[in-house]
Amino acid sequence: MSKHRLQPHLSAVALTKSYTKGEIKVPVLRGVDVAVEKGEFVSIVGQSGCGKSTMMHVLGLLDSPDLGEVRLDGERIDDLPLATRDELRNHVFGFVFQFYHLLPELTLLENVLTPMMIRHSAWDYFKRRGEFRETACEIIARVGLSHRLKHRPSEMSGGEMQRAAIARALISKPEVLLADEPTGNLDASTGGEIMDLLKSLNADEGLTIIMVTHDGAIADQAQRLVRLSEGRIQSLEEAA
Amino acid sequence: MYKLLLSSRYLRTRFIALASIISVMLGVATLIVVNSVMTGFRYEMRDRLHSLISDVVIESRSTDGAENPEELVQHVWDVAGEYVEAVAPTVEIYGMLTFELPMQRSHNKEYAHCPVTIIGINPEEQDAVSPIREHLVGRQPTTDDEGKIIAPPLFHQDVPLSWELSESAKEHRKNWLEMNRWMELAYGGAPADAKQPHPFYEAPATAAAAPDAQGEPDPFNHTEPVRTADLSPDANPGTPAPNMFDPTRGQSPSDLFTNEGIVTKDPNEPFSARLYVGQNLIGYPMKNPDTGKTEIQMLVHPGEDVHISTIKTGLPEPARFTATVVDVFRSGMSEFDSNFVFCPIEELQKVRGMLDPATGQGDVTMLKLKLRNYDDAGLVVERLRTAEDKFPARTFNIYTWEQKRAPLLQAVEIEAAILNVLLFLIIAVAGFGILAIFYMIVVEKTRDIGILKALGATSHGVMSIFLTYGLSLGIVGSGVGVVLGLLFVYYINEIESAISWLTGRKVFDDTIYYFQDIPTAVSPWMVVWVALGAMAIAVLASVLPARRAARLHPVRALRYE
Repeated sequence: MSKHRLQPHLSAVALTKSYTKGEIKVPVLRGVDVAVEKGEFVSIVGQSGCGKSTMMHVLGLLDSPDLGEVRLDGERIDDLPLATRDELRNHVFGFVFQFYHLLPELTLLENVLTPMMIRHSAWDYFKRRGEFRETACEIIARVGLSHRLKHRPSEMSGGEMQRAAIARALISKPEVLLADEPTGNLDASTGGEIMDLLKSLNADEGLTIIMVTHDGAIADQAQRLVRLSEGRIQSLEEAA
Repeated sequence: MYKLLLSSRYLRTRFIALASIISVMLGVATLIVVNSVMTGFRYEMRDRLHSLISDVVIESRSTDGAENPEELVQHVWDVAGEYVEAVAPTVEIYGMLTFELPMQRSHNKEYAHCPVTIIGINPEEQDAVSPIREHLVGRQPTTDDEGKIIAPPLFHQDVPLSWELSESAKEHRKNWLEMNRWMELAYGGAPADAKQPHPFYEAPATAAAAPDAQGEPDPFNHTEPVRTADLSPDANPGTPAPNMFDPTRGQSPSDLFTNEGIVTKDPNEPFSARLYVGQNLIGYPMKNPDTGKTEIQMLVHPGEDVHISTIKTGLPEPARFTATVVDVFRSGMSEFDSNFVFCPIEELQKVRGMLDPATGQGDVTMLKLKLRNYDDAGLVVERLRTAEDKFPARTFNIYTWEQKRAPLLQAVEIEAAILNVLLFLIIAVAGFGILAIFYMIVVEKTRDIGILKALGATSHGVMSIFLTYGLSLGIVGSGVGVVLGLLFVYYINEIESAISWLTGRKVFDDTIYYFQDIPTAVSPWMVVWVALGAMAIAVLASVLPARRAARLHPVRALRYE
């Protein structure tokens, strides 16, 4: 563990973010500093509404902070032009959501291939579709869904959909996997399987994972915990 | 790539999109059908107008005509001979057609008067520049409803056009004259005079009851002779006054309608002046209550006599003659059918005093030209106009048939254009349908849009999903619409008869339009433009929803429930 390296892989500096509901300004993040090293498995825990999801969206460049910075390898990335941020999301981050968020019109294989379709132009994709298909099949095999290639999300169980979502996040070979309540919609045993998958990805492939959850038991499976409360860091602790 | 994939998936899985496809399809099909039929009718109308007017017309500005037609025709050959196929000199003048209506209510004779254009022609020459043979009823075979020939034409098609009466017309004439004589004997005053072919304008016995026959001169009639005298100072006061049909004047009918030079031995002999008369002048359409079909009822049949009044050359002085109807002219253009009376050119020249006493040559008012190739019409007109010494502009007016008919042609053109605009509005309405449906789909797909953005799709990319979707709706809709429209046009007559059979009403009454079939003409460019227009409208309609989709904030889109 090289926690004290000078330059963390992904870091947030004094993040502040508030939403306006009607005329009232609701502060969500009130100056949060987080630093994540390469290959770390960090979970962000807290009560509902403590700002953990917002925190993850800001880290993943889906949202921009009112104040503060997001840095990737020391470079500020939250103020980059829109197109560059879109590209970074595609290349650097992989997202896994609580409600899987697969596209209902596409089959599992097509869903997994979506990031590659977005990354490459139609012509490039068409030329290299065999190669992409192969990678996709490998990754799908890795999450154990080889028998479901041609199935639509509506024909799959919750656990399978979440594995599919993880496969989709993996295909773009991300540096950081951002998981928002990945087990929140699953029963305990299926959730456990998903956690095992995430842990093995972290252990075997050295994938950096930032997971948001409200479930302490799940959060404890990470290497490090960041507790958020009302938009502030309550504590930073090593996992048990 | 995901844009194509997703828009094609949306197209396949959204049934609501089918509604927009159908509306685009119907709009496109309607446009194609209406345009094809309109173009078909327009071509047909142009053809008929064209054939009746002839390619190029040289018209003398004076209704008295121009002298020496042979020299004029030679000039035409000199100036533009290489383009010209045939030239026909004619005399055209306004006049009035008068015929006796069948006796009905009283024993009074009743007359119908119609304003007409009298055209003096040589039938074969005329036929060479603007075909009239195909418009003469007697030259056409009689057909039944299905277009099957049930009786051959009265003349064989090889018989040149002439002013001869057909056998059936001769027969009819005999009976008709016979009946007239009997009517005269029964109701008339004097018995029929054998020297006259038949008595015109004899005072009927009941005429004494008419108000202006009471011996008090009608004040209106009273002034008439004075006016005539003013206009033509050297007119013989003894010549008939304009109220020539007034039976109380006591003039002998032979004074009114003279046909000099013909010694009529046979009482049934027709007059030397013969006519082809437009069908609508002497007939009217009537619905047969038994069959429900519209038929033309003729008031005057070939073989009967009618009267023509027109003016002489110089100061207006009436000229009139009695003529025998030889055939009925039916072109299908009601404007011509209710206006044209053709008569032998020599007869008209004689009556109007257009004959040169020295040479015996008659003046003409018009030269009709048929060109080898109509595309040269503009050039020929230009050449004739520049030949100022031969066709001085102050004497002659030279134009193509299109120039002569410009107001009508333009009106039809504008009508077609306006109709197109209106029909395109149908597609525009379909466009608004697409807009509404797309807005709905964007709202429904909000989360998916959020996912795509989270996966790195740009706003531009998201926008193009929906633009591609709109375009593919347009392509499919207009593709199916084009096929449907073309099929409809191709089978339009079958569809028409099916609808007629279903409703029991004839949709397309060929007695009104004179077409056996509905004329259609498909212009490929029209089809292309309609299809492109429909696609453009579909894309334009999807711009607004697509922009909305592109502007969605990823986080808000992801959280959307």
